[in-house]
Amino acid sequence: MREDVTLSQTSTHRPASNFLRAMTAVVWKDLAAELRSRELLSSMLVFALLVILIFNFALELDTRTRSTVTSGVLWVTFAFAGTLGLNRSMAMEKDRGCLDGLLLAPVDRSAIYFGKAIGNLIFMLVVEIIVLPVYSVLYNTNLFVPGLLLVILLGSIGYVAVGTLLSSMAVQTRTRDVLLPILLFPVAIPVLIAAVKASSGFLLGIEMAEIQPWLSLLITYDVVFTAVAFMVFDYVVEE
Amino acid sequence: MIEVRKLVKRFGLKTVLRGLDFRVEPGEFVALLGPNGAGKTTFLRILASLSRPSLGEVAIAGYRLPAQAAAVRQRLGVVSHLPLLYGDLTADENLRFYGRMYTVPRLEQRMAEVLDLVGLSARRRDLVRTYSRGMQQRLAIGRAMLHDPQVILFDEPYTGLDQEASNMLDGVLRQVAGLGHTVVMTSHDLARAADLASRFDVLSHGVVAASVLRSEIDPNRLLAFYRQAIQGA
Repeated sequence: MREDVTLSQTSTHRPASNFLRAMTAVVWKDLAAELRSRELLSSMLVFALLVILIFNFALELDTRTRSTVTSGVLWVTFAFAGTLGLNRSMAMEKDRGCLDGLLLAPVDRSAIYFGKAIGNLIFMLVVEIIVLPVYSVLYNTNLFVPGLLLVILLGSIGYVAVGTLLSSMAVQTRTRDVLLPILLFPVAIPVLIAAVKASSGFLLGIEMAEIQPWLSLLITYDVVFTAVAFMVFDYVVEE
Repeated sequence: MIEVRKLVKRFGLKTVLRGLDFRVEPGEFVALLGPNGAGKTTFLRILASLSRPSLGEVAIAGYRLPAQAAAVRQRLGVVSHLPLLYGDLTADENLRFYGRMYTVPRLEQRMAEVLDLVGLSARRRDLVRTYSRGMQQRLAIGRAMLHDPQVILFDEPYTGLDQEASNMLDGVLRQVAGLGHTVVMTSHDLARAADLASRFDVLSHGVVAASVLRSEIDPNRLLAFYRQAIQGA
């Protein structure tokens, strides 16, 4: 047996340039395919717009109550649309065997995870960028608060970090469409609660000292789940 | 080139491979035959590092699995009955993507070479979803050849192809075999396997039940050899 290439050299300590090349290749591939098909973004966007429209008619809120429920409605919309995107993104890899194609590449598999996660994050942010002005018009609420935009970014990172990992598990099963939300929502509860509380704080103009713990929770969640995904992705995707 | 000793693969309580031994010399073209459920695909997925063995030793080109999986993957090309290609990308874009994943040097030149090999140069800028099944399978072979692997694994490459597409694939496989790659191909199609392979192994109940060199058997006797191996296992 040849001993010149060890486990550590081949899988966990590849040069950073190889890691970055593989990661950017996966992101580029996802964006290029989506630009052609628009399958994923259009379904996420239509779904998100329908959700805020339904909430708008269902709640019939006065101006004061509106600002208190905004963050909840927004994050329900983002979470549902995000789940749809996460499911579709990984299902497209699985249906044509492309996930095997990715796993056969001689790269650190966490590069594949980060590539998929960055792609998913971009799709989720695009949907959020479109949903925010539509929501502002429908609910007559100003959402262009810098603090809120920061919370949306941090919350989306956490949601996508754990969602990409769990979707790569769920996609291996026959009940993948149902399984992802069942797996994801309980695990994502901390990030969703923190995001709702922090968003609400910024929208209602609450003092920063009260919002800070929720922001810290969001950052901690993002770091912890990104690190967990980095460590376990290889085991999750291998039989 | 490929050395497998006492390979066992279990899925829960079900044992699919039961102490399988297998050895392939450089440049050999081995047809792995066997009925459904014999463990052919499971075995190929372990060789491809897509599945971990439960027990036993697997080495390809001198590198052990799963410990040196990345080194094995660099030397391995895989073609399955699924194309492993993105329908919303062109042939060029698919190959460029996989070329980046494998860090293929002189990528554009290599892409032109493999597209020429599989006869798709004229359609290289078309979306893969507009290709026929046979064309997709030829491009899948091009994808597997892109990084010039030492070993190529074909898992039922004829599945879903009509007669004409199968004949074209035959031609491509002959070219691939002629380039000196080590090839392992699973197939139900004994006639095509008889045409292409230099050795025939019959997998049954998770072990290699029989093995014979092409030079040792009359191709017309292959079916009888296969049946005898299955019944004897």
